[in-house]
Amino acid sequence: MAQEITTKQLRKWLLAYAARIIENEGHLTELDTAIGDADHGVNMRRGMGKLQERLHDEGQSEDVSAFLRSVAMTLINGVGGAAGPLYGTFFLRAATSPTNGSSIDLEQLTQMFRYGLDGLQQRGKAQADDKTMIDTIQPAVEAMEAALAAHQSAAVVLAAARQAAHLGMKHTIEIEARKGRASYLGPHSIGHQDPGATSAYFLFETAAEVFTTTGAD
Amino acid sequence: MNKPGSAITQSLRGMALCHPDTIKVHFDPDYVERLAPARSGKVAVISGSGSGHEPLPIGYVGLGMLDAACPGPIFTSPSPVQLLAAVHSVDHGGGVLFVVKNYSGGVLNTELTIELALQEGIDARYVLVNDDVSIPRVANRRGLGAATLACKIAGAAAESGYSLDAVVHVTRRAVAASRSMGVGTNVNTLPRNGPGENLADDSIELGVGIHGEPGEVRSVTKGMPEIVDLIVQPILDDLPFASGDSVLLLISGMGGTPPLELYLFSEAIHELLAARRLRVERQLIGNYLTCLGRGGYTISLMRLDDELLQLWDSPVHTPVLHW
Repeated sequence: MAQEITTKQLRKWLLAYAARIIENEGHLTELDTAIGDADHGVNMRRGMGKLQERLHDEGQSEDVSAFLRSVAMTLINGVGGAAGPLYGTFFLRAATSPTNGSSIDLEQLTQMFRYGLDGLQQRGKAQADDKTMIDTIQPAVEAMEAALAAHQSAAVVLAAARQAAHLGMKHTIEIEARKGRASYLGPHSIGHQDPGATSAYFLFETAAEVFTTTGAD
Repeated sequence: MNKPGSAITQSLRGMALCHPDTIKVHFDPDYVERLAPARSGKVAVISGSGSGHEPLPIGYVGLGMLDAACPGPIFTSPSPVQLLAAVHSVDHGGGVLFVVKNYSGGVLNTELTIELALQEGIDARYVLVNDDVSIPRVANRRGLGAATLACKIAGAAAESGYSLDAVVHVTRRAVAASRSMGVGTNVNTLPRNGPGENLADDSIELGVGIHGEPGEVRSVTKGMPEIVDLIVQPILDDLPFASGDSVLLLISGMGGTPPLELYLFSEAIHELLAARRLRVERQLIGNYLTCLGRGGYTISLMRLDDELLQLWDSPVHTPVLHW
């Protein structure tokens, strides 16, 4: 791939993500009130505030791995609850994926998401259809990998990820929770969209917006 | 108690004032550290827990037991930030062992902390405590009284110079040799439930958890021996404990049961254990892991062998256990 994604663009992506989460705090709270303990919106908003502060800090390393690790630590410290360690793990593992130092290509971006997903599954022990953030992230990563294997452009790969993530998020409405607090509700969890799957969807929505509109940096 | 969150801070400050020669309390992130110096290379033993189970785990910090303990919010796991701060403070170069009760939040946060510690080159492991026989599936069993026992065994092993591998091994053995059951008598002071509906005088709730998780309400009409049989028999059947075994008996109140009632109850337990030819070699009775002010108790038995007995008897100097 010709296009390289720099740490600066990754920063722009996560600023867009933080803003999107903050806009949607009420929505996340509403979803979590229905099937959880109503703290996902508040926890994510608090964490995103910390993330914005961190991302606006001057003098950060331009190294992709160091950058992702610092994002992970900020989320672990700032979000709390179960989402803090889970998003923290996602970025901590993403930070161990291959890079070109201060940038990544499309294949490495896909690998970054794959490393994050694998870490998340290992840590949270959730599988597809458990009604968790995995239901958004797993189909999105698989769609990226398929589009990449078909030599599609960055725009197509990221659009495929966004679409698969969206379908995965909506699919959580139809299924019964088997992990997390919503699982205590059993069949009563059906009919409600999972809040974690929703906050995870915005990762792919904002990635598609930022990485395909900025063009070559 | 003026605003949410401050009760734990105030309680920790009070605890520091009550035990100035044993522990040091750190704030933001909150953790309790032992004051007794540890030799270089000693394995550090850390346990975290939601608050509301006191004295577990913070009352077990000190020589021969925990190097540090991290109190979370009420009934909520401490964060990786707290756990990692404790690691940095008490790592003596011999590695770190976490004693973790089997609840999803605690396991999640501990595993993440261990990943962070390993990335820094600190060898860290954990032992899961899952001794609650009221839950049929072993993987889902909650941690109860064996958490207290495991902290003592791990701490004693670390103090006597065991390697990290050996501390992990003997602590796993201690957990594997332990079984517990919780029983509720009333629910009076559980915060999340509001004023609870108390049980009828002739009922107990079998298999309750230490966060207000409900058990099975059983009507009992034949007095203490019947109650004790309902509680202790599942423990004995599960390991199973056999005639001639030496055991450690832990009877812990849940916070709302007076010592008078614990001792009353213990008579029937001793009678039952004697009838099954189990030798009560060591015992603890009092409040060792609680559920705020709930009425009820947990009963734990650990089958002893020479090594476990020796580690149990090793010197300990903490706010709660000292010999």
